Amino acid sequence: MMTQEQTLAGKADEAGTTLQKTLPARRRDSPSYRFWRRLWRHKLGMLGLTMLLTLLFVALFAPALAGIDPAKTDLKLKNKPPSAEHILGTDAIGRDVWARLVYGARISLSVGLVAVGIYTTIALVLGSIAGYLGGAVDNVIMRLTDIIMCFPTFLLIITVASVLPPNIFNIMIIIGIFGWPGMTRLVRGQFLTLRSRDFVTAAVALGVPTHRIIFRHILPNVIGPVVVAATLGLAGAIMTESSLSFLGLGVQQPTPSWGQTLTTAMQLPILENMPWRWLPSAAAIAFAVLSVNFFGDALRDAFDPRTMVE
Amino acid sequence: MRTYILRRLAITFPILLGLTIVTFVFTELMPGDFVDALVPPTAIVAYTPEQLEAMRESYGLNKPAYERYLIWLGELVRGNLGHSLVSGAPVRAEIGARLPATLQLTVSSLLFGIIVGGILGIVAAVKQYTWVDQLLTILGFFWISTPGFIFAIAGIYLFSLKIPLFPTSGITDYGEAASWWTRIHHMILPSAVLGLGSVASFMRYTRGSMLDVIRQDYITVARAKGLGEKAILLTHALRNALIPVITIIGLDLPYLIGGAVIIESIFAWPGMGTYSLGAINARDYPVIMGVNFMVALVVLLSNLLTDIAYAFADPRIRYE
Repeated sequence: MMTQEQTLAGKADEAGTTLQKTLPARRRDSPSYRFWRRLWRHKLGMLGLTMLLTLLFVALFAPALAGIDPAKTDLKLKNKPPSAEHILGTDAIGRDVWARLVYGARISLSVGLVAVGIYTTIALVLGSIAGYLGGAVDNVIMRLTDIIMCFPTFLLIITVASVLPPNIFNIMIIIGIFGWPGMTRLVRGQFLTLRSRDFVTAAVALGVPTHRIIFRHILPNVIGPVVVAATLGLAGAIMTESSLSFLGLGVQQPTPSWGQTLTTAMQLPILENMPWRWLPSAAAIAFAVLSVNFFGDALRDAFDPRTMVE
Repeated sequence: MRTYILRRLAITFPILLGLTIVTFVFTELMPGDFVDALVPPTAIVAYTPEQLEAMRESYGLNKPAYERYLIWLGELVRGNLGHSLVSGAPVRAEIGARLPATLQLTVSSLLFGIIVGGILGIVAAVKQYTWVDQLLTILGFFWISTPGFIFAIAGIYLFSLKIPLFPTSGITDYGEAASWWTRIHHMILPSAVLGLGSVASFMRYTRGSMLDVIRQDYITVARAKGLGEKAILLTHALRNALIPVITIIGLDLPYLIGGAVIIESIFAWPGMGTYSLGAINARDYPVIMGVNFMVALVVLLSNLLTDIAYAFADPRIRYE
């Protein structure tokens, strides 16, 4: 296989596509086959994936699962413990805790996914530029990441969140625009190592245009670490969203969010005597972040065979 | 060694300058200026636009941005961070009064993370692939996956309300001369909930680092010459395994300070976190930017110290 690959590599640019056509996609020793097998065998990873799919299911079918409008108030039924009608009880203005929990999954997942999408895009652009061009451009971009990384991200986020109106789109953007420094460093590092590899030198020697080298030859090799970082970043973004909502700087009532529900636990009587009002949301946040971290860790192991013992 | 430290300092200065620029740009982006803050909203109708303009001119607010930056930087160098729009007091004095409480909280959390995380990491590495290691891995996942405020809520519920072991708030008791024990007693719960995430990351890195070191040749040599396993682990392996862990201290600090904002507000801890949250709710921009700058400065300096400490611990660094 190696010799076949080398002769094909001689054809430079078409190599990638030809290789895909000539080799059967699911050969037992192909890297992608080995990747999926390692992922499939990762117990914690599969547990995480199952948890994540459950969460996705809950978010997608929230209306059917909730049964009741999460914003519907019923002042005759306030602070009721769990019952047959309201399986997780009701809150201070008689809203169904289960319905709010289920709808909260939508907020957590959508904010997390969009925020990570935003900063992954920024990081890919900045990181590729810095890593490929090097020199002064690289220096400027890297010093900028050094500077931003000195500020605790969460402080910057709450600073900006205090200025902008707290709707879900602003929350997504705010979390998204401060997450890029770490991933930019990662992408840049990958570019630096890949740029000096033989297959890139060969492509340059053959006169492949720069944009094609970046997009067809280097970027596909960067995808692995970036996917891992983005998955683990999703866990962080979900935590940040819940923290912002907990401080009252996230999505506002009546839109339900897990962090926001937990704010009520700051009143000691509620904390002590009405666990149904805060325990489900606390568990949901931990469940969501844990599922993403389990899965992200498995992806890391699957992409990097050195960390796996088989 | 001296050239390394000098070189490291040389990198720090541009970053420090960058911090001031970023802080200034942020302040510029904040809505409203000093005159808006000076004139109460109810009284603004009493001023003509010309009068407001004249006030802006007298305070130098209509000068170009770079000129105002240089003036601002000059003041900053002299330690002037401006005045709070709410209390009118100098921001430097207000921060100075609250910084010790935050440092007390974050440093104790960091120590908790290093000590507990380090010990658990060594245990996990020694017992690699046993149930102990697996249990610790899962616990570690749980600790990094749960935001500090949930641990804070759970901690207060379990250890203050159900089993009344610790106080729910404050840095010390009211109306009582703060004895060492009262202060520590108030510190245990907030430090522990803030530090759990750090415990997980230190545990993970110590475990990985220990496993790397254990596979090195000199450990095999130590085994071959008949040294006891305890002596190998504690004297030969541990000392070298802990060196890479030093870098984690610098990386962990921004997270701890970010987490401290929430933990302080939950435990009514009179530090920078409660101060900045109050400022954010009051839109007190000089205070917000002052806190951001001071915190970034603390992070920058601790990163510098971390790197120098690393160079002291690992002689190879010096010849870079």
